Amino acid sequence: MSSFHWDWNFAWSILPALLMGAKITIIATLLGSLLSFVLGLIWTLLRLKRIRLVTPAINFFVSFVRGTPLLVQLYFVFYVMPKWGLSMPALVTGIVGLGIYYSATASEIYRAGIEELAAGQWEAALVLGLPIRRVWLGIVLPQAVKTVLPMLGNQVVAMFKETSLLSTITVMELLAEATSIGSIEFRYVEPLTLAGFIYFAISYTAARGIRRLETEHHVVHG
Amino acid sequence: MSASNTLWDFLPFLLMGIPVTIEVTVLAMAVALPVAVILALGRGSRLAMLRWPAGFVIELFRGSSSLVQLFWAFYVLPFFGINLPALVAGVLVLGLNEGSYFSEVVRAGINAVSAGQREAALTLGFSPSYRFFRIILPQALPVMIPPFGNALVTMLKFTSLVSLVTIQDLSFRADLIATSLAQSASVFGIIMVIYYALALLLGLGARLLERGVNRRAGRIIPALGGAHTSVPAWALGGDL
Repeated sequence: MSSFHWDWNFAWSILPALLMGAKITIIATLLGSLLSFVLGLIWTLLRLKRIRLVTPAINFFVSFVRGTPLLVQLYFVFYVMPKWGLSMPALVTGIVGLGIYYSATASEIYRAGIEELAAGQWEAALVLGLPIRRVWLGIVLPQAVKTVLPMLGNQVVAMFKETSLLSTITVMELLAEATSIGSIEFRYVEPLTLAGFIYFAISYTAARGIRRLETEHHVVHG
Repeated sequence: MSASNTLWDFLPFLLMGIPVTIEVTVLAMAVALPVAVILALGRGSRLAMLRWPAGFVIELFRGSSSLVQLFWAFYVLPFFGINLPALVAGVLVLGLNEGSYFSEVVRAGINAVSAGQREAALTLGFSPSYRFFRIILPQALPVMIPPFGNALVTMLKFTSLVSLVTIQDLSFRADLIATSLAQSASVFGIIMVIYYALALLLGLGARLLERGVNRRAGRIIPALGGAHTSVPAWALGGDL
């Protein structure tokens, strides 16, 4: 077995490779988040519209995605898409998997943001005879955004930490870099500890930032 | 495993993963709940020597990736002479991780108990443990049940990670079968349905528990979070 001590030289030498991995992690998080925001919005609109067959199907889809592990969904996308003739680089597959998984969460967030509006707001808008377009753009969305944004921010942080699962489908992100160095050098202490530290540094900073935004713009709902 | 094998032959092997997944879920929850209570009490303590370590543990587990924590326990701890069996490492990491998240729920539940109750218990001269376990916690419970249901489902999904440290749960077995058969779509499809069915069962169980606890408490206590208003039909009528 390797020695007990922490090897600074080794740690220093693997840092560039880990930071390369962190770059992939950040790219996957940003693109995955973007995809989840857009898909989540589509699901929410289709759910609100109450269209026969479509709305129940979307409801089931969202519930199913939320009720199954991300890891298994990633395996499914990774192994099954090539069979449907959709061969994509692993990173793209991972982004699609993350995007679909978190689109279900995003959809719930949007819905919560809209439904948190007091019933009186809708009634007031109706009484005032405002056009529907203005009700949504002028009344509903500006208020929903305030509740939705910090929640979406937390979702990005959660996704950032879960991008580590992409290592299981051969994406060379931060954790994959760390474990591959570990298995080559037979030393896991430095790569895994540094990787953990990098995850922590980024997500802690981001979470703190969101918490500050939340308290600064906190609005008490009636 | 010869090429003539079909998915049907592997089905019993796959289904054997269900008890393993359930076992890990239950054990990890059994770790998570006391951890959550201890961390919540520590975080809410007036003593800095309790508040700081609790805060440190919570931030540590919430701040970094759970898979990294799992690999750290599995690959790095042996370097320090600590050899945990895979199941123990998995259950501990999942439990500490979810416990850190759930401590916020416990804290909110404890804070929701009115200050008068605390003062009354103090005035009556009850011991600290009696005050907590007989006065505060029973009143905090109803508020904590709905998030507890969510935590159960989260934990169920979370257990799939232990397949990556050699525990033969549903995900482990599915991955093994997928690599030896050309029918990966059906294998992963099957276990997704199994996970979903288990999640629905857990959700149902949590709702029954919620009803039971509310009945024992003798009243309906509103859950954390505001009331929901659904969007009126007229607002969805026209095109945006």
